Amino acid sequence: MAEPTPSIRVLVAKPGLDGHDVGARLVCRAFMEAGMEVIYTGLRQSPESIARAALQEGVDVVGLSILSGAHLPLCRRVGEQLKAQGLNDVLWLVGGNVPEPDHPALAELGVHGVFATGTPFEQIVDFVQQRVQRRREQA
Amino acid sequence: MSKTSDKRVQPPIAPLLWESGVEVDPVCTPQTLADSGGSEGIGEPGQYPYTRGIHPNMYRQRPWTMRQYSGFGTAAETHARFLYLLEHGQTGLNVAFDLPTQCGLDSDDPLAEGEVGRVGMSVDTLADMEEAFADIDLNKISVSLTINGAAVPIMAMYFAMARKRGFELSSLRGTAQNDILKEFVARGTWIFPVEPSMRLVGDTIEFCAHNVPRYSAVSVCGYHIREAGATPAQEMGYGLSIACAYIDHVLARGLDIDQFARGLSFNFDIHGNLWEQVAKFRAGRRLWAKLLKERYGAKHPRSLQLRMIAGGGGGGLTIEQPENNIVRGAYYALASALSGTQTMALCSYDEAYTIPSEHAARLSLRTMQILMHETGLCDTVDPLAGSYFIETMTNRMEELMVQTMEQIDAEGGIVNGIAEGRVQAAVNRQAWEREKRLQSGADHKVGVNCFVEEEASREVEYHPYRAQEADKQIIRLQRIRARRDSDEVARTLAAVKAAAKSGANVMPSVMDAVEAWCTVGEVCGVLRDVFGTYKEPVRF
Repeated sequence: MAEPTPSIRVLVAKPGLDGHDVGARLVCRAFMEAGMEVIYTGLRQSPESIARAALQEGVDVVGLSILSGAHLPLCRRVGEQLKAQGLNDVLWLVGGNVPEPDHPALAELGVHGVFATGTPFEQIVDFVQQRVQRRREQA
Repeated sequence: MSKTSDKRVQPPIAPLLWESGVEVDPVCTPQTLADSGGSEGIGEPGQYPYTRGIHPNMYRQRPWTMRQYSGFGTAAETHARFLYLLEHGQTGLNVAFDLPTQCGLDSDDPLAEGEVGRVGMSVDTLADMEEAFADIDLNKISVSLTINGAAVPIMAMYFAMARKRGFELSSLRGTAQNDILKEFVARGTWIFPVEPSMRLVGDTIEFCAHNVPRYSAVSVCGYHIREAGATPAQEMGYGLSIACAYIDHVLARGLDIDQFARGLSFNFDIHGNLWEQVAKFRAGRRLWAKLLKERYGAKHPRSLQLRMIAGGGGGGLTIEQPENNIVRGAYYALASALSGTQTMALCSYDEAYTIPSEHAARLSLRTMQILMHETGLCDTVDPLAGSYFIETMTNRMEELMVQTMEQIDAEGGIVNGIAEGRVQAAVNRQAWEREKRLQSGADHKVGVNCFVEEEASREVEYHPYRAQEADKQIIRLQRIRARRDSDEVARTLAAVKAAAKSGANVMPSVMDAVEAWCTVGEVCGVLRDVFGTYKEPVRF
């Protein structure tokens, strides 16, 4: 008999000072409904605390929600911290108010997927399921 | 005509519910209105219970104030935008502060990196406040400060700036947002735990009642709770419950209701069904007057009047086909004008994705001006009054608001509900339902889930963030720190700490501190030492 597939673990975090958390909470709920285990950090997390939580919780996915426009400086620092914790395999997503011209810069920092405000949940959930499955198969 | 056509059976009409959950009849008649409670309770404009507006002649005598939310970068840049808006006929100012300022952090705090001047004006010291309002006549232009967690030092800086320029505090008008309870539910610029946060709001209300009596110390915001997922009826119900919590807190200090109730104003949202908004505002105004009279025994008419800014509508705007937002804004402004607002502001068409460009901000202003000067909206008071439909729905919405407030009380009150995270979870559950209706197409949104354009143009202009302006701000801050009298700084900050610990009103000592060039971060730092910081209860 095949081993049951462990469920996908996701950390949803709000870095920086931005207080808009409606989207982050909605995405948490969408992940939960899709059977994933979700840890939501709440507001105002430092890059250090996000990377630490990702390590401690052993997550497959880190999702940052940023609507203040500070995504580039924040992701630069989160990326450094994820590397410092050795979290090179984690799937890293960013959601929120992120203009398209900034997407390539985020990809260069190591972000795997950017989801603008209003993206259908299905699209985000599918992306996570496919990518995590592929990583598990490769592992 | 054949006989059969007379007997033709109408196809059944599906029931229709507004977002608030109230049913809408396809035809309203005198009987519908009578069944809903009749129209005897509406009263005259300018008279209790103010259903039709708080002034007898409303816009014929007092057209609404136009006050776009604005601010970015340094005080100098914001000052230039203020002058631009005033030159174009804006009649009030509403200041946006950057996130470090809103969270009580100085521009050189490590947590402020990348955020200085980004979503609003950066304020570290009194010097920034002075520069932002240089040459603006504070007796002519009323100023609204969108500040909550850090309201104490920012209000103190505004008052100190006005006093230094020779304005009497007793004649100063304006509004601070200063509604911390809604920050815990939505918006998120809290600093201190719930209880000391309530106490600080109380300090500002008390200070203004005694020293700045024409100033609104608090603008209670149903707005952000609505944006976070509440229905229009809940927006009003939660807002009024929060206002009652502040009243209860200040009454417990021994103040008389008529000493301070006039200092409470309101901020509500305008997107959604047009008629639902109109009914919401008319019902809310009536309910507030009844609450103040019956529950609190207020006697002064100003205490009973719900004064408000009805504006924004950001939650209704879309990134898709952004020009559609110009049209939406015009309808939202119409809703606001038909609702008897005192002040109006519109989110600009590009605001779903960036800080408004000058062009977009001016278009919002022009939208309100066209409404005021070209369409006859100001000709007569509350033009929808007496409509079977509007009066019926005003009655039904009021009933729903009362139910919302009663339920909050039955569950232990709004302050407990917020401290335990239950209110946040309830609002978020509704946001989920709303988003699902949107994504499934059950609720229509033009350009998003219907009338979608495959290659919708997203070539839009983004407000540039200039990191060098942030660097300038940090240099300016550090220069002021180096030049000020450090003994005065230490002495005044110690006095703030002593007041915070003893329970004395902190406002006089914070006024002294900001006049001695203490920073927002230093004042909030001292208060953090005494009060601690808020720990967010994460519940779903």
